[in-house]
Amino acid sequence: MKVLVPIKRVIDYNVKVRVKADQTDVDLANVKMAMNPFCEIAVEEAIRLKEAGHASEVVVVSIGPNTCQEQLRTGLALGADRAIHIISDEMPDALNAAKILQKIVEKEAPQLVILGKQSIDSDNNQTGQMLAALCGYPQGTFASKLVLEGDKAQVTREVDGGLQTLSLSLPAVVTTDLRLNEPRYATLPNIMKAKKKPLEALELGSLGVDIKASGLKQLKVTPPASREAGIKVSSVDELLEKLKNEAKVI
Amino acid sequence: MAILIIAEHHHQHLGAETAKVVDAAQQIGGDIHVLVAGSNCQGAATEAAKLANVQKVLVADDTAYQAQLAENIAALVVELGRDYSHILTAATTSGKNFMPRVAAMLDVNQISDIISVESVDTYTRPIYAGNAIATVQTTDPIQVITVRSSAFEAVSQGDEVPIESIALVKDLGLSSFVGEELTKSERPELTAARVVISGGRGMQNAENFKLLEGIADRLNAAIGASRAAVDAGFVPNDMQVGQTGKIVAPDLYIAVGISGAIQHLAGMKDAKVIVAINKDEDAPIFQVADYGLVADLFSVLPELEQKL
Repeated sequence: MKVLVPIKRVIDYNVKVRVKADQTDVDLANVKMAMNPFCEIAVEEAIRLKEAGHASEVVVVSIGPNTCQEQLRTGLALGADRAIHIISDEMPDALNAAKILQKIVEKEAPQLVILGKQSIDSDNNQTGQMLAALCGYPQGTFASKLVLEGDKAQVTREVDGGLQTLSLSLPAVVTTDLRLNEPRYATLPNIMKAKKKPLEALELGSLGVDIKASGLKQLKVTPPASREAGIKVSSVDELLEKLKNEAKVI
Repeated sequence: MAILIIAEHHHQHLGAETAKVVDAAQQIGGDIHVLVAGSNCQGAATEAAKLANVQKVLVADDTAYQAQLAENIAALVVELGRDYSHILTAATTSGKNFMPRVAAMLDVNQISDIISVESVDTYTRPIYAGNAIATVQTTDPIQVITVRSSAFEAVSQGDEVPIESIALVKDLGLSSFVGEELTKSERPELTAARVVISGGRGMQNAENFKLLEGIADRLNAAIGASRAAVDAGFVPNDMQVGQTGKIVAPDLYIAVGISGAIQHLAGMKDAKVIVAINKDEDAPIFQVADYGLVADLFSVLPELEQKL
């Protein structure tokens, strides 16, 4: 079967973001970018399905400016067979991203689409579910275990009270949680080989997606309220005294 | 204008989050209806009917909704939701699961995890792990919203309102429930607790998490954990506090052996009072802690338990 893995280029998770002085957005100029950590887990899972003989081909896809080809090459270096870059200067909102991906799903007809559960920039946690809805596929979100059995996928999901296991008819959409796997690193020979793997760049207009203007408008972006500097106490007694008499929380 | 809230519930009981979503809804303004979709869920419906400011409770009681499968719940909500201006639910794993599906089927965007209502179409929400707050305005004909419950107050009890049965059964047959493994706990729920004590990698092993239990019992606190502690297998993942785990805002948060990575702070920095116990005085957690104690947790925890 074919597995499609949509990936996103985001700010590196270790970078502390700064809000622009004019409050229009966060400042992404000269900031280190990387593949979204949940997308790395999605790529890893697809590669493991291929190594286990379940998947015949792994295709990575990303929407964005030319710079997102770096992350597609990373996906190829990790073991994906080919990449699709959908050229878009503006980053689409979640609904439009799902509509674009739906066109790729129609074109490629994968049996399984694996996405990260959320991107660490917008923190939306929407695209996988929206894609499943548009395709009419079942969804297995926040997956910590994925087992393929014939025409079904058994997905163990991380839910608030513990774990829940569902059986999904294929084709299906799965989104990854942190504990699904430990992503591998790309080795230097594989990075070199990845440069020769096919990367198809598609103009957004060529897909025939009905992109409508986003219903969402970001009015401003502000830094969160900062906390007052605290104090260091020297003993348990002092800590308890402060909590009882100063903070009055116990 | 009317608002539909999809209740978070455990069939017989309403989840604590729902009363907080009602608070968000009343700030938007308009009639508020609550939908309880489940199986044998009259208990949850009765509790929902007693929430202040709710005008009506709708109940869809069928085995198709037993496991809260996203495909079935979303199909139901889409059909009922077309008559509403706003559809709200709590940003729990259940709400996050079915709500974007609802939004896509209605051809609108979703506004995730709102922390305030600015007006009838404008909200704030954290982005970049809570390191920035975005104010967003929507022009979508139906607003689909998930609510960060820790940012709102639970509404009180009010007069009991009518409960109406909905005979709509949506069983798409795309997915089925296989089983579940729920973590048993006598302690308060992590997201609702007034006091939370969390352990990190510094706890060193699962056994040492018992050191937190005595303290949690004395403070009636919930026990949380950092991702490092969960990944190391010390505790189950539903105890994780952070960007990818649970978001808490208790009166008191005690972080023990937690360095304070961005991703962890995203889940707890709205606590009223933060206490950090860590032997590394340069740990970033001390930058957000109201009270910091630089000490070895293995000597501090027993002393703390004894003196409480």
